[in-house]
Amino acid sequence: MTLDDLKELAVQVVRKAMGAGASGAECTVSDSTEFSAKVRLGELEQLQQAGSRAMGVRVVAGRKMGSSFTSDLTADGIDRMVRSAVDLATYTSEDPHAGMPDAEEMASSVLDLGLYSDSVAELSGDMKIEKARRAEAAALAFDPRISNSEGGSFDSNLGLRVFANSHGFCGGWRSSSCSVSAVPVAAWDGGMERDYWYSIARDAGQLEDPESVGRRAAQRVLRRLGAVKVETQRVPVIFEQRVARSLLGHIFEAVDGRSIYRESSFLAGKLGEKVAHEGLTVIDDGTIPGMFGSQPFDDEGVPTRRTAVIERGILKSYLLNSYAARKLGMRTTGNASRGVSGNAGIGIGNFYVESGSRSGDEMVRGIRNGFFVTELIGNGVNTVTGDYSRGAAGIWIRDGELAFPVSEVTIAGTLQEMLAVAEIGSDPEVRGSMWSPTVMIGEMTVAGR
Amino acid sequence: MNSSENTRGSRAFEPGFGSSFFASKFGITLRDVENYLSEALSKGGDYADLYFEYVASTSISIDESIIKSATQGVSMGVGVRVIAGERTGYAHSGDLSRAKIRSAARVAAMIASGPSKVESVPLEEGSKRNLYPVVTAPGETALQDRVELAWRADRAARDYDSKIFQVQVAWVDNLREVLIATSDGKLSFDRQPLARLSVYALARDGSGVPQQGHAGGGGRREISWFQNERTPEFFAQDAARQAVAQLSAVDAPAGEQTVVLGPGWPGVLLHEAVGHGLEADFNRKGVSAFSGRIGQKVASELCTVVDDGTINGRRGSLNVDDEGNPTQRNVLIENGILRGYLQDTLSSRILGTPVTGSGRRESYASLPMPRMTNTFMLAGESDPQDVIRSVKRGLYCANFAGGQVDITSGNFVFSASESYMIEDGRLTRAVKNATLIGNGPEALGRIAMVGCDLQLDEGIGVCGKEGQSVPVGVGMPTVRIDGMTVGGTA
Repeated sequence: MTLDDLKELAVQVVRKAMGAGASGAECTVSDSTEFSAKVRLGELEQLQQAGSRAMGVRVVAGRKMGSSFTSDLTADGIDRMVRSAVDLATYTSEDPHAGMPDAEEMASSVLDLGLYSDSVAELSGDMKIEKARRAEAAALAFDPRISNSEGGSFDSNLGLRVFANSHGFCGGWRSSSCSVSAVPVAAWDGGMERDYWYSIARDAGQLEDPESVGRRAAQRVLRRLGAVKVETQRVPVIFEQRVARSLLGHIFEAVDGRSIYRESSFLAGKLGEKVAHEGLTVIDDGTIPGMFGSQPFDDEGVPTRRTAVIERGILKSYLLNSYAARKLGMRTTGNASRGVSGNAGIGIGNFYVESGSRSGDEMVRGIRNGFFVTELIGNGVNTVTGDYSRGAAGIWIRDGELAFPVSEVTIAGTLQEMLAVAEIGSDPEVRGSMWSPTVMIGEMTVAGR
Repeated sequence: MNSSENTRGSRAFEPGFGSSFFASKFGITLRDVENYLSEALSKGGDYADLYFEYVASTSISIDESIIKSATQGVSMGVGVRVIAGERTGYAHSGDLSRAKIRSAARVAAMIASGPSKVESVPLEEGSKRNLYPVVTAPGETALQDRVELAWRADRAARDYDSKIFQVQVAWVDNLREVLIATSDGKLSFDRQPLARLSVYALARDGSGVPQQGHAGGGGRREISWFQNERTPEFFAQDAARQAVAQLSAVDAPAGEQTVVLGPGWPGVLLHEAVGHGLEADFNRKGVSAFSGRIGQKVASELCTVVDDGTINGRRGSLNVDDEGNPTQRNVLIENGILRGYLQDTLSSRILGTPVTGSGRRESYASLPMPRMTNTFMLAGESDPQDVIRSVKRGLYCANFAGGQVDITSGNFVFSASESYMIEDGRLTRAVKNATLIGNGPEALGRIAMVGCDLQLDEGIGVCGKEGQSVPVGVGMPTVRIDGMTVGGTA
């Protein structure tokens, strides 16, 4: 089906829901065509291809909501979905804040944000497999200590997404993406380590070349070999870009409008207050052309925008959908997010940390004894209280140099302290929908031996 | 095996097949299924299978004592897999029309190139059993009954203590119908009900910092199990209790400690520290910290760890795995010695070892992989009170928020969500959340005492691997580990 066919379908579903007694209705349709190839030790190991399509409907009946979804797009399947949503709205509670955004909030035009490129569809299966093979081969050839591999992969996706509602709004967009990755394994002195690297782009021509992906993956795994556990101590900690990105995830959770109205965030009620080092500015922007967090309107039909969440250390805005906005007496920030199923949640656009002045290398040079963190595992972060404790691996800093690899330790502190004393690097790794430069945290407790 | 020699064979033919879910709902015939398999093998593949799936689900959530969301949905489709040597081709379709399934079969077939070489074997239904004899699945009951369960949880959590100021309740049920057919002649039908109730509570003392508590459970059960056996009140009070207990929690210690893990859900340790490392895909490729170690000592001799997909009604249990093989009880570690890996069809074909009923997938849109079912350690001999009494100073962990493992290095973490200091053999102050970190084989070697109180968890676990989530169970008796690194600040 074309984008126009899907739009027509979505409009019909909205009409059906209104006919079945809803006072408001929204329909989302998504369609995707996926390809995935995996090569291991030079041999093609896996090839997956498929298309999938699903739709969801959310209805308002007075001050009650119901939603349903289906991948059965026959007339019968769609009818059942609509009836189910309308029926469910009789079981939910009267909620004075329930409902859709106002009609005036709807996007008046649908901007072309450059989310689609023909170049992805034009790549042949063989070319894709070849890129996966080249990425893995470059990793395997990089150093004799690279002993094994979990493979090289190439993935691509072509998508259509459509949204219509009973305000008469109907819009949609096409998207494309492709990625190449390598996961080498290195062994040395009885120990074995694994790491990865990948490149992702909307335009096949903008993908990093497979050899460079393979080499980066190899460098990353080699620097982990021979890791030791250090003694428990408090030292300054630097987060490499890939790890610094995880801080954005915690900040998002803490400014998500739902955790604000539930008072379940360490940032709730702190609007206008200093919550971070003055060097920290965090932006959400769903309008950057070609980026992975961009879309012309959010999942309630409201235009996306640029929102300064933290500006020079001051908490400036939460991220809201229309429901959270009504609860808090604010305006939606165009961050409504839903798949095809369920009620609208809240999500990010492109969520990033603005760059500072010194590179990560310069920060390392200024530290006598500290920990350069390259990997974090586990989910020991509590955004209600800000308590933070995660498993970490990385490289120990001795006299301004990256000295030796460290693993099987934890780092702990609180997000409040971590944000307060951050220094922001000048070296963002712009990829996906969340990015950050290197970030220096003040002292944290590193627990080891 | 020829179907005429099998007394149960007749069940597989049109009368039995004809009354099956996919036949009656979508008009799929046995002949169709055989044709799709032939199409899948038409380019010379060695093995093919089909996985038809239809899932109906309902979720209800209460937030701020308002039912803010109720969602129902249907997800359906078929996955076609072809194996040629060590290669796998996979295609799926959300459309169950003949043309779309045949086209998916042709796409998957392309992993091989050459003439068809495998004779298709007549499909025959394997022996049947029912580990979840649920007559009416929760998803088939009146919606009002399920809504009422959620309301009971909301009320019970709020009634527990006046310090509780926020409660979220989520009810989720789904009913999965599957039909699996393989080119080596296996045919399986299964109806897999699953339900879960979870409660999240926030407590606050005056204007102090809020603290959270989380509890929940479920399984392949009737709704009466939630009404009478593991009630909404049971889960809600547990969540509220944890949130209130955290209000007086002190900073967790940092560094190596003696750690006692309570029974039940802390079994997530086994899931992370050994379970994933024993999945055959990683071991076949030699990328697991446990690769090549069968027959070796990988844990203290007090440890016997099993993965058992056959326990009645459990969240991780299945009559047949997602490749049509019956699940079984697999001994992974016996008295500290590594005994075996968890095998799926692909790994067992490549390694020439028997399948263990461990092939699982998230949905028809995903490839099966070796996965865990219900993973637990068998009971030992110690009185759990003696285990605690034996510790002069250490940490007792009653609950965990989850964990993660790096298969290759063997390093794993898990995050304690409810723990207490042990001082002079007694539990004293509540301790803030902290991450525990260790290395799989090393940590298991340091298990010094195993209690006699084996418990399985309440049925809330979700395991993620390569982007695919599947329901699992864990369990453990009280266990003492000497020298685990605790990631606190004190």
